[in-house]
Amino acid sequence: MKLLKLIFKNSLRHKLRSSLTIIGIAIAIIAFGLLRTVVTVWNSGVDAASANRLITRQAVSFIFPLPASYRAKIASVPGVKEIGAANWFGGVYKDKSNFFAHMAVDDNYFVVYPEFIVPKDEMEEYKKNRNACIIGSQTAKQYNIKLGDQVVLEGDIYPGRWEFNVKGIYTPRDQNTDATQMLFHYEYLNETMLQQSPGRANSVGWYIVQIEDPNNSASVSKQIDALFMNSTAETKTETEKAFTQGFISASGAIITSMNFMSFAIIGIIMLVLANTMIMAARERTREYAVFKTLGFSAKHLTGLILGESLLISFLGGGVGLFLLYPLIEGFERAMPKGFFPYFYVEPITIILAVTATLLVGVLSSVFPIHRALNTKIVDGFRHVG
Amino acid sequence: MADIIQVNNLSKSYWRNSLEIPVLSELSLNVNEGEFLALMGPSGSGKTTLLNIIAGIDRPTNGSVSVSGTDISKLNESALAKWRSSNVGFVFQFYNLIPVLTAFENVELPLLLTKLNKSERKKHVETALNIVGLGDRIYHYPKQLSGGQEQRVAIARAIVTDPLLLVADEPTGDLDKNSADEILTLMERLNKEFNKTIVMVTHDPHAASRASSLLHLDKGVLSTNGQSH
Repeated sequence: MKLLKLIFKNSLRHKLRSSLTIIGIAIAIIAFGLLRTVVTVWNSGVDAASANRLITRQAVSFIFPLPASYRAKIASVPGVKEIGAANWFGGVYKDKSNFFAHMAVDDNYFVVYPEFIVPKDEMEEYKKNRNACIIGSQTAKQYNIKLGDQVVLEGDIYPGRWEFNVKGIYTPRDQNTDATQMLFHYEYLNETMLQQSPGRANSVGWYIVQIEDPNNSASVSKQIDALFMNSTAETKTETEKAFTQGFISASGAIITSMNFMSFAIIGIIMLVLANTMIMAARERTREYAVFKTLGFSAKHLTGLILGESLLISFLGGGVGLFLLYPLIEGFERAMPKGFFPYFYVEPITIILAVTATLLVGVLSSVFPIHRALNTKIVDGFRHVG
Repeated sequence: MADIIQVNNLSKSYWRNSLEIPVLSELSLNVNEGEFLALMGPSGSGKTTLLNIIAGIDRPTNGSVSVSGTDISKLNESALAKWRSSNVGFVFQFYNLIPVLTAFENVELPLLLTKLNKSERKKHVETALNIVGLGDRIYHYPKQLSGGQEQRVAIARAIVTDPLLLVADEPTGDLDKNSADEILTLMERLNKEFNKTIVMVTHDPHAASRASSLLHLDKGVLSTNGQSH
C-alpha cells in the first residue's frame, strides 16, 4: 500500500508514452469486444436452439417445400410431442433495407416456441382474425409499430400486396431469443395460394417437431425420415441446433477468422505493453539498484513493476470497456436494420475482456521483473540508461 | 574506541569470460566506531568495490566482513537487504534520487520498510531534512534543486533511519567547489555531532583532508601514506 503512490507516479512518468499505450489497449479491447459480439450474435441462433426441437425439411434443399399432408404422419411417430409448421414468406416492408423475417406459421408454432411470449388476450385476437400478425417487440419498437396498426408487405416469393393487422406483440423469454420476427397465419397464405396459384398451395417450408426426450432425437429423426423414404419429397430431420448451424456454416470461415483476430489483437497489445514496460524497466535499472540498496526486497520490486503494468493495462481496459457500449450501439445503427436479431455485449465478452486485460498486465511485466531482480546492484549502478 | 568494521583477508575478483581479474587481494582493515575514514586511490584500485562490500551491496570472493558484530558475508540476499536497510546509509556521486518523488518522498523511502506510521515517518523525514538544511525544500522535486541540494537530500535519505554506518562514494565528485565544501562540512557535522561512522571514497585530496583518517588503495592493496596497512 505504501508503494501505491510510487506506482501511480511511475505510470505517469512518460505521459505521452503511457497515454499512447493506454489508448492502444483501449482500442484493442474495443476491437476485441466488437469482434466477440459479432461472433456471439452470429452464433446466437445455435445457442438459442432448443434440445427438444427437431426440424424436418426437404432432403434436397431447404428452399423446396414439403406437403402439408406430412403433418399427421410426423405427429404419429412415437416420441413426438407437438408439431408446428412454418413457411418463409420473404417480402419487403416499405423499403428493401428494412430487413426482418416474415413467416407464415400455424397456431402450434407458438406451442413449440414457448420462448415467444404473447399475452393471452392478444393471442385470442390473433386467432380470431384471418390476416392478423404478431410482431416481435424489437421490430415493433424499431419501426414504431403498435397493436391495431396495419402492416403491408410487398411479396416477392409470394407476389402481391399483402396486408396484415397487428394483433399481438411477442416478447422474448431469453436474451438470445429472436425478437424481430413477424408471424402470421399459414392459413391466410395457403388460402390465397389456393385461389391464385393452386400448385403452390398445401405445402409448408418446414416442420418444427417437439419431442418428449431430447436423448431420443436421433431415433425420432430416423423414424420420421423413414416415413418418406423414396417419396417425391424425401425429408431430412435434424436437431434445431444442427439445422441452425447449417445456416451459418457458409460463414464459418469468416467467423473463425474473426474469432482468431479477436485473440490476435490481445496478443499484439500484450507485446505493445510489454515493450513499454521493458523500456521503463531499462530506464530505471539504476533506480532499481537504489531500491535494492535501500533494502527493498524482490517482493517490493515485483509489486512496483507488476503494479505499474496492471495499472496501465486496467486503465486501457477500463477506457475500452467504457467506450465499447456506445460504440456497439453505433455499430448496430450503422448495420442494415434487423441485420442481427439482437446485438448486445454478452457477459462472457466482458469476462474475457477483463481476463485479457489482467493477463496482458501480468505477462507484460514478467520480463521486466525478471531483469530487475536478476541485475546485481553494482551492475545496476554501472548501467547508463 | 571499539571496531565497528572488521575486514579480514578480503579478496575480490571479477571474471570476464574465463579470465580472472583480481581487484582486492587479502586485504584487512578495521574501522573504529565514530571514525571518518577516507579511501583514496587511482581509478580501478578497488576503492568502490571495497566500499560496496563493506556496505553489503557486493560480496567478497574470499575473506570476511563484520560490521558491528554481524558477519555480513554470511548473510543471504534477503537478510542482507534487511540488514542494509537498518544499518547503512548510502550517499552516491550522482545522488540517485527518484525523479518522480519530492525531496520529502525520497527521504521517506527507507522508512517505508519500517513499522513507523505516517506521522512518525513525517517527523523523521522533517528532522533529517532540517539537519541537512533543506527544511524549506521538502516538496521540491530533484529537478527543482541544485546539485548540492540534491546531494543533501541524498544525505538526509541516508541518515533518516539513523544507521550505524554511512558510506559515501565520491559524494562531491559531481559538485562545484562551494557545494562540495557544504557537503563535506555536513558530513563532518554528522560525524562529530551525531557520532556517525563514515567511510568515504574520494579522488579529491581536499575532500580526503576533511576525514579523520585516510587510507590509500592501489592495485587492491591498502596503505597508509604509501605504507602497507
